[in-house]
Amino acid sequence: MDKKTLKELEISACKVRLGIIEGVFNAKSGHPGGSLSCADIITYLYFNHMRVNSENCSDENRDRFVLSKGHAAPALYATLALKGFFPVDWIKTLRKIDSKLQGHPSIQYTPGVDMSTGSLGQGISAACGMALGAKIGGKDFRVYSILGDGEIQEGQVWEAAMYAAAKKLDNLCIVIDNNNLQIDGTVEEVNSPYPIPEKFQSFGWNVIKIDGHDFNDINDAFEAAKECKGKPTAIIAKTIKGKGVSFMENQVGWHGTAPNAQQYEDAVNELKDKLSALER
Amino acid sequence: MSDIIKTATREAYGKALVELGAINNKVIVLDADLAAATKTGMFKKAFPDKFIDTGIAESNMMGVAAGLASTGYTVFASTFAMFAAGRAFEQVRNSIAYPHLNVKIGATHAGISVGEDGASHQCCEDIGLMRTIPGMVIINPADDIEARAAVFAAAEYEGPVYMRFGRLAVPRIFDEKYKFEIGKAVKIKDGADVSIFATGLMVNEAIEAAKILADKGIDAEIINIHTIKPIDSEAVIASVTKTGCAVTAEEHNIIGGLGSAVCETVCEFGKPVPVLRVGVEDKFGRSGPAVDLLHLYGLDCAHIVEKAVKAFSLK
Repeated sequence: MDKKTLKELEISACKVRLGIIEGVFNAKSGHPGGSLSCADIITYLYFNHMRVNSENCSDENRDRFVLSKGHAAPALYATLALKGFFPVDWIKTLRKIDSKLQGHPSIQYTPGVDMSTGSLGQGISAACGMALGAKIGGKDFRVYSILGDGEIQEGQVWEAAMYAAAKKLDNLCIVIDNNNLQIDGTVEEVNSPYPIPEKFQSFGWNVIKIDGHDFNDINDAFEAAKECKGKPTAIIAKTIKGKGVSFMENQVGWHGTAPNAQQYEDAVNELKDKLSALER
Repeated sequence: MSDIIKTATREAYGKALVELGAINNKVIVLDADLAAATKTGMFKKAFPDKFIDTGIAESNMMGVAAGLASTGYTVFASTFAMFAAGRAFEQVRNSIAYPHLNVKIGATHAGISVGEDGASHQCCEDIGLMRTIPGMVIINPADDIEARAAVFAAAEYEGPVYMRFGRLAVPRIFDEKYKFEIGKAVKIKDGADVSIFATGLMVNEAIEAAKILADKGIDAEIINIHTIKPIDSEAVIASVTKTGCAVTAEEHNIIGGLGSAVCETVCEFGKPVPVLRVGVEDKFGRSGPAVDLLHLYGLDCAHIVEKAVKAFSLK
């Protein structure tokens, strides 16, 4: 990836993180930790990889994105807003009554959302269905989905994993956002999903391990996934929960807590400093 | 009696899918390793490229159905009622109904007439489960003609539909000219003394019951409620306003199904009348021949007669 693109992505990701904090702070609830951990990947997908068109979000040839870990909705909304799917002002209405931005993604409410999610384990199945739809219809769109590492404790994920490989859905690429934390503790403490790569390999997937905050790594992985034929790809992304807001990083308590006014100011200042350094 | 045609509604479902597939290239059929039993196997044979077996994984099947529908297909997803409405309830709610995707659930082997397989497979709770999901349409056909019509109507309708089919061969009630409309109850017989609202295989029992009631001097009105949601409240109210009492009859728990829907409708009208429910009385089923089970659990014309006489006396 060239330096200019890299810098642009870093700037966009920083703006997405600001959007996450803005949304969750104004909502006084939501999930900042897991939104921040997958922010770089979502930014990359929408700004550098997926075939999407904010002017026509029902274009049948568009690439699809399913946020299987639907609680990271603030990251998706911030990305969609920056990408022009809806006004950035909407971010402040997150979770409020009459808002078009529900607590978890909904196709009924929000332009640009491809699947309603929130109940863990279900998004990956819908993504399989979309990938299958492309195959049956002879279309070349690709389907992307992000799952949490805790989410893969859901049995349905493995039904879908078995199915996607059996049906050779090579137009499907999922990401496991491996931030190692879930509500009740570390994923190992609660119910270890490890080793994750070996599990997907044994289910017949093409598996790629990356640093989920390194855009070069991210880019290489998604490009490699595109080239892989006959198998779906699972990108296992090592990430940091709360990434980008230092006091939230690796803190399980920030899974589902909104910052107070002081914390909001600290978070925004940190991200704005980063942004101005990048834009300098 | 030899001229009575008996067909299981699941059989009619399978045949209708084949007919539909021939005229609608957007139809895709999914099954979870039960194609031989749900009769989607007929579609598989006719349109192998449009049939997908997801294996024994109903939760995933409902999600795959949702994803497929979102790419523009009319998806029929089939398995037994127990697994469609029961196991995959939350996938139906969150992945299909909440996004209002164009998925038609073909749930076969509903009710106690599954027979020998026993209680684990005899789903008498599915209507109740599906009825509580906002926007879900629920159709419970009475015979093969109505089952076929329901499949075509469901395909025309944009949004989620739950169709309930049986394993047991049931007598044909309607003829080829039968007109079916989602949400529109069908009056089978006019009557003045008691309304019998029946659905599924209990419609035929209601017809038999009315004959016995006539001998007892009770003139029963029979209304076939094939669409349990949205219920045809106008037809329900009009009938009870005339007769002053009602009996409901369904192959389902008396809690949550047609009986509940009729009671709610009648009570909310503000002029309640006695409504007695015939159905499975909040019990699990058991193994046995289907017809014997129907009698044992009170799902027959004799019980409809008994309740109708009682309802009439309560007026």
